[in-house]
Amino acid sequence: MTLNGKAYIVGAYEHPTRRADDISVARLHAEVAKGALEDAGLSKSDIDGYFCAGDAPGLGATSMVEYLGLNVRHVDTTECGGSAPILHVAHAAEAIAAGRCNIALVTLAGRPRAAGASLVLKAPDPDAPDLPFELPFGPATQNLYAMVARRHMHEFGTTSEQLAWIKVAASQHAQHNPHAMLRNPVTVEEVVNSPMISDPLHRLDCCVMSDGGGAVIVARPEIAAQLRRPAVKVMGAGEAQKDGQAGQIDLTYSAAAWSGPAAFEMAGVTPGDIKYASLYDSFTITVLIQLEDLGFCIKGEGGRFVADGNLISGHGRLPFNTDGGGLCNNHPANRGGMTKIIEAVRQLRGEAASAVQVPNCDLAIASGIGGALASRHTAGTIILGRE
Amino acid sequence: MADVKKARPEPKPPQMDVEAFWTAAEREELLIKECQDCGEPHFYPRMVCPHCLSDRVEWKAVSGRGEIYSYSTLMRKGQPGHTIAFVRLEEGVTLMSNIVDADPQGLSIGQPVRAVFRKLKEDGPTLPLFIPV
Repeated sequence: MTLNGKAYIVGAYEHPTRRADDISVARLHAEVAKGALEDAGLSKSDIDGYFCAGDAPGLGATSMVEYLGLNVRHVDTTECGGSAPILHVAHAAEAIAAGRCNIALVTLAGRPRAAGASLVLKAPDPDAPDLPFELPFGPATQNLYAMVARRHMHEFGTTSEQLAWIKVAASQHAQHNPHAMLRNPVTVEEVVNSPMISDPLHRLDCCVMSDGGGAVIVARPEIAAQLRRPAVKVMGAGEAQKDGQAGQIDLTYSAAAWSGPAAFEMAGVTPGDIKYASLYDSFTITVLIQLEDLGFCIKGEGGRFVADGNLISGHGRLPFNTDGGGLCNNHPANRGGMTKIIEAVRQLRGEAASAVQVPNCDLAIASGIGGALASRHTAGTIILGRE
Repeated sequence: MADVKKARPEPKPPQMDVEAFWTAAEREELLIKECQDCGEPHFYPRMVCPHCLSDRVEWKAVSGRGEIYSYSTLMRKGQPGHTIAFVRLEEGVTLMSNIVDADPQGLSIGQPVRAVFRKLKEDGPTLPLFIPV
């Protein structure tokens, strides 16, 4: 079943906070839900489908449906880390196409910064079959992604300076976002001279840690047509997992190599048609790998592609993460998928910051990596269009 | 993701399915699994073959020799901490471990390494770690 044209994003909202000392996780989810409903011009009683992932408190959807006082006939708690909201949008389109709901709410929120949490996702599951063979060796998010970066450098000659260009581009965009955590533009030199975190990744190769969240509302086409906001069409979607592959580990590509082509095929467009890209940016290397895997350049050419500001809006060939992305703006709940969708919606509506708005932006991609690139992750890719 | 503690308690091997791996490590032997039906090796070890789902998967002692596939040294308070690595074994599977007894600055991808067996924590399991050959 193609999802092309089966559903539209009709509401989107990003929480303005970046540090939620006095806001609970449940309240954050509620505030972003309310913001997205107001943006769409809908009310709570219109929602008949609800989607959330592992960042939702308690029993996930069950707890949040109760907290919000929703009356839904469809829930989906697909959990794959930070890419989950991208999958949720696709699953919402599927549910709408199948008649299981008409208007779906997707929320993401959390407060790891206020809670003082480390990047460790959660207490290890003693039944997880993989962890006894990994945890004793001290995997952290940073050193797992660092191993991907080092292998990429080894195979393709990618340099730290090239990776730094990704942060430079994000920082150029973030200066126009009053809510961004890091608003000062940085240079390649500043990135490569920032403290080493896990070689070859420096501090400025890493995303921010922030509290907050966001929500989107996905609706049936007939409903979208009646609403006041510019309609953003879901045109294509793909999802895929890549992992240790039974010991045949290859760190040079991600699951986006499968989710991307599936999304492009469904949408009937090619990477060359895309005007704006929201790319998951937990680290600079995450962006580089996705650019290659999604087909914006051939494998191994990512470093050359991002150099010299090619990702900077108004300057380069592929404007990316014009809100500043996770690298400079917001990575709420240690999950960057929702903010990727929201900035793509802003671009397609023509509502991005004026300095970074892509002219005539009618086709955008949002792609994410949930989990960890080096161990196991799920990629979600959606193609969105403006009518 | 939210509201988690920094503590990362170690899973307690031996787990029932993989007890042999840990007892082998105590006698300084590295085991992988190999399928008796499709012939393919795999890692981490499972009770069914991830290539063909056969349950005829048997432990196989391997040489412990391999090469560094990738690695990184995590900084802790400005000082180099442990060096994590993926090591590609001669027998064709890649596993996560640490590189020890080596200056991280002198390591490189493709460098030959061999397994040594040590505890990293007094109450932890004996682990296969790797040193440059």
